[in-house]
Amino acid sequence: MKIVVCVKQIPDPASPYKLDPENHFVVRPEDQVLDDTDRYGVEVALQLADEFGDEASVTLLSMSPGGSQQGIRQALAMGADGAILVEDAGLRGADALTTSRVLAAAAKRAAADLVITGTESTDGYTGVVPQQVAELMGVPSLTFARKVEHVDGKVRIERQTQAGYDVVEGSLPAVLSVTSGVVEPRYPTFKGIMAAKSKPVETLTAAELEVTPSSGQSIVSVESVPAREAGEVIEDDGEGHLKILAKLEEVKVV
Amino acid sequence: MKTWVFSTEADGGASSSALEALTKARSFGGDLVAIHVGAGSEPALNELGAHGAATVLHLSADVSAAAIAAAMAAACETEQPDLIIFGMGNLDRDVAGRLSARLGKPVLANAVDVTVDGDSVRVANEILGGTTKVVTQFTEGAPAITITRPKAFPAEPNGGDAPTVSTLHVPDVGHAGDVVVLSSHAESAEGPDLEAAAVVVSGGRGLGGAEKFEMIAELAGLVGGAVGATRAVVDAGWVPYSYQVGQTGKTVKPSVYLACGISGAMQHLVGMKDSTTIIAINKDPEAPIFGVADLGIVGDVHNVVPALIEALKAHGS
Ligand SMILES: Cc1cc2nc3c(=O)[nH]c(=O)nc-3n(C[C@H](O)[C@H](O)[C@H](O)COP(=O)(O)OP(=O)(O)OC[C@H]3O[C@@H](n4cnc5c(N)ncnc54)[C@H](O)[C@@H]3O)c2cc1C
Ligand SMILES: Nc1ncnc2c1ncn2[C@@H]1O[C@H](COP(=O)(O)O)[C@@H](O)[C@H]1O
Repeated sequence: MKIVVCVKQIPDPASPYKLDPENHFVVRPEDQVLDDTDRYGVEVALQLADEFGDEASVTLLSMSPGGSQQGIRQALAMGADGAILVEDAGLRGADALTTSRVLAAAAKRAAADLVITGTESTDGYTGVVPQQVAELMGVPSLTFARKVEHVDGKVRIERQTQAGYDVVEGSLPAVLSVTSGVVEPRYPTFKGIMAAKSKPVETLTAAELEVTPSSGQSIVSVESVPAREAGEVIEDDGEGHLKILAKLEEVKVV
Repeated sequence: MKTWVFSTEADGGASSSALEALTKARSFGGDLVAIHVGAGSEPALNELGAHGAATVLHLSADVSAAAIAAAMAAACETEQPDLIIFGMGNLDRDVAGRLSARLGKPVLANAVDVTVDGDSVRVANEILGGTTKVVTQFTEGAPAITITRPKAFPAEPNGGDAPTVSTLHVPDVGHAGDVVVLSSHAESAEGPDLEAAAVVVSGGRGLGGAEKFEMIAELAGLVGGAVGATRAVVDAGWVPYSYQVGQTGKTVKPSVYLACGISGAMQHLVGMKDSTTIIAINKDPEAPIFGVADLGIVGDVHNVVPALIEALKAHGS
């Protein structure tokens, strides 16, 4: 059982994102961090691998044109066995479809039985990479999972829906996308962090995966949107609720 | 110009995203086709017609996303649509991603506007927490595929006739289609519809626990409002996903949005920043929610909310 988890490395969300004035791509520092959203996929993979026993392995897969490894090491420290890093300057600013072509080709090359992704990335949030990867691999997709189980060689999930949830089952190989409510990701232990330093990271280029970066879109304009003006902010002195009541009266809600 | 709009059966009607997209697409002129997945009830079909779809291509509900995408890709060859518009629903996103990969065409997600100028299709996105607007043009040729945000356009019927309905042939996609829905479960919300409510009272992690949503529900009841929530508390299992407001939840534009114990992360703000009046209660004076609030109370929700409930009760009696 070979599990491949797609993990994106992104600029630290704690500092505000900037756009490159020339190509309008998000400015990406050398060392990027693990997208928090992908910690859930890593945790699901580790739990499934535990269930499968010795035969199972968890490999991380990240496309990171700048070659950042910091985020990968964070995920390796959680317990994954190794990683595949696709680094290629030609992939800078790649759109979702090119990203998916790269991930699908790498996952196929690794003979993945199960590919796990997040539902949407924090910086790109196109939310279509999991489905594109599934289509390119010719496998079923189990998406928006809020619970994952392995039953008789199949994957069964609770799929989050507007009304509640559906129980959906699919056969392997498959792509699985998980929400941030699916499991509680573990924190790396000191031992895990030390072990991560020597785990294997295989690097590949787009050419080795036979993917030609292309983009079917071009940016026409970028402009700033006028911000909403902030109003009055007051400290609650025990009368804060009366201010709210007055506001509700003013706008005729009460 | 030939535009396709993706629609799903929702509560015996067509999805609101489809009706919004059809309304917008009428302004492009030309052919308007709805691809409708689900029961295909008469009210749903009539609604699609009333919003401008002359033709509906229908698919039944128990078809995998892979098969729907394959059926649409085959129809694209004969029908040659210029533009295909999806909404943000789960099935919308599943099919849009697969169709894009199948056709080798990009899909532009999170669109807040779509414009057509001759042969060129452009979409607008609001990025960096809604502070920056980016307009992108498709350069790969037809069809342009886009996923639009809820409420990007108003849904307005134009009194169109019942559409011509034909069933779309579903090809066998082999292993890719090997998914089955074993059962469906409802965890429905009480009270008014969140997306349509004039007042929304939302709770975040600052409430401290699931049981505190009772206080939020009571407050909402007193002002005739619906209850909303942040993703943090949905993921924690305090309330169902149907309560979620934000980038990956619902988009609301009520006259009053009352945020209780919500930090105001940009992914939450994109779902509520267009509310007419925003009121926030948060104990942290630096919380980003105060940056968009018309009235901000720096205080503890456990004091302010119960006091507000008492004041409203006294006010009402
Ligand atoms: C791709 C992606 C999509 C996302 N989509 C969404 C989405 O659709 N909707 C969404 O909401 N989020 C979304 N998020 C998550 C978002 O980034 C935030 O994590 C989330 O909105 C935070 O929720 P919160 O405000 O409840 O929690 P927190 O950020 O933890 O804030 C809690 C707040 O409560 C205050 N507080 C604590 N105690 C009290 C008290 N006693 N009284 C008053 N105030 C108190 C604190 O000061 C704090 O500001 C998304 C994230 C990603 C990466
Ligand atoms: N560059 C990347 N490298 C690895 N995984 C990725 C990358 N981009 C997207 N993904 C995966 O696809 C999911 C959805 O991303 P997106 O479509 O960008 O919203 C993410 O949660 C990741 O698991």
